Amino acid sequence: MHELSIVSSVVENVIDSLEKYPGARVTEVRLKVGALAAVVEDSLQFCYGIATDDTPLEGSRLVVNIVPVTVHCNACGEEGAIESLQSFRCPSCGEPASDVRHGRELEIEAIEIEDPQEVKQ
Amino acid sequence: MTTRIVELRQGILKKNDELARGLRSRFEGAGILVLNLVSSPGTGKTAFLERTLRELHSRGSRVAALVGDLETDNDARRLAASGAPVRQINTHGICHLEAEMVGKHLEGWNGVEVEQLDYLFIENVGNLVCPSSYDLGERIRVALLSVTEGEDKPLKYPTLFNSADAAVITKMDIAEAVGFDREAALRNIREIRPNIRIFETSAKTAAGMDVWLDYLAEEKALQVGDPRFQNRDLGHHTGAQR
Repeated sequence: MHELSIVSSVVENVIDSLEKYPGARVTEVRLKVGALAAVVEDSLQFCYGIATDDTPLEGSRLVVNIVPVTVHCNACGEEGAIESLQSFRCPSCGEPASDVRHGRELEIEAIEIEDPQEVKQ
Repeated sequence: MTTRIVELRQGILKKNDELARGLRSRFEGAGILVLNLVSSPGTGKTAFLERTLRELHSRGSRVAALVGDLETDNDARRLAASGAPVRQINTHGICHLEAEMVGKHLEGWNGVEVEQLDYLFIENVGNLVCPSSYDLGERIRVALLSVTEGEDKPLKYPTLFNSADAAVITKMDIAEAVGFDREAALRNIREIRPNIRIFETSAKTAAGMDVWLDYLAEEKALQVGDPRFQNRDLGHHTGAQR
């Protein structure tokens, strides 16, 4: 259960990014989370409510986009999504594949804010 | 009032990753081989580490360990019996170690200069999930699995096993008694992490320890002397974050 730590980092990063938008309120936070990132979306959502309390993020939506795990195959050169997390094999030729290209992401893609300033700086 | 979308595209654990990168370059600059040991509670990390420290210490290597636990300094006291300097990190409820905790515990050792070490072992909090996301600046992440845990554990915890550089099977001395299916365990580890080095060990009888210690020495030599090391792919486990 490290989702609370993860979500706290999200809140911290978002608050830092609000420096450029004084008085802004966050209405949505979009995350990109790899299927191999060992993070459970339900737990993220649960912790999000707690971690955003009394912050400019309070009441905002958390949108989690899951990124599938893709591997690059050294045998045939193909890159593709693995069929299951229990088998790291090339989806094209079936050879074991250890070169993971996607699926470990833990990123904040974007935020949606309500900015009291009419003029963009 | 304007509603706008602000693109951030930044790593959630950016702060941890930056600290870890700093630690890694410090460790590499000083020629210290740093390992991060991860397993479930009860796998025998501490016994395995105790044996490793004792053997390295008796071979004249300068070794030390940082031990993460939710509470108590029992493990640190156990490990100190090996003769190596050991420091406890109490996370007070946090289920994993973070780079900042490691950084903070590098100073103020009694009579130990971290930069003088050959090896530094970081024993993570017993947990197979949460430590996966946190880079500690280690060179080698080791996933440990005991013969009593079930051969399918790598399949249940693919994130951790896939992020590991080496796998250690512990308690091999009781493998037969508990009906350990060795072939299945090896197959499952490799299904999650092809080409990973696997060590079959017993801290009690010292079986397999020599192979493990040789591996450490090889990795250490690579780090210190080999110019290829400079260009070697640093890895996998936090690849997406770097």
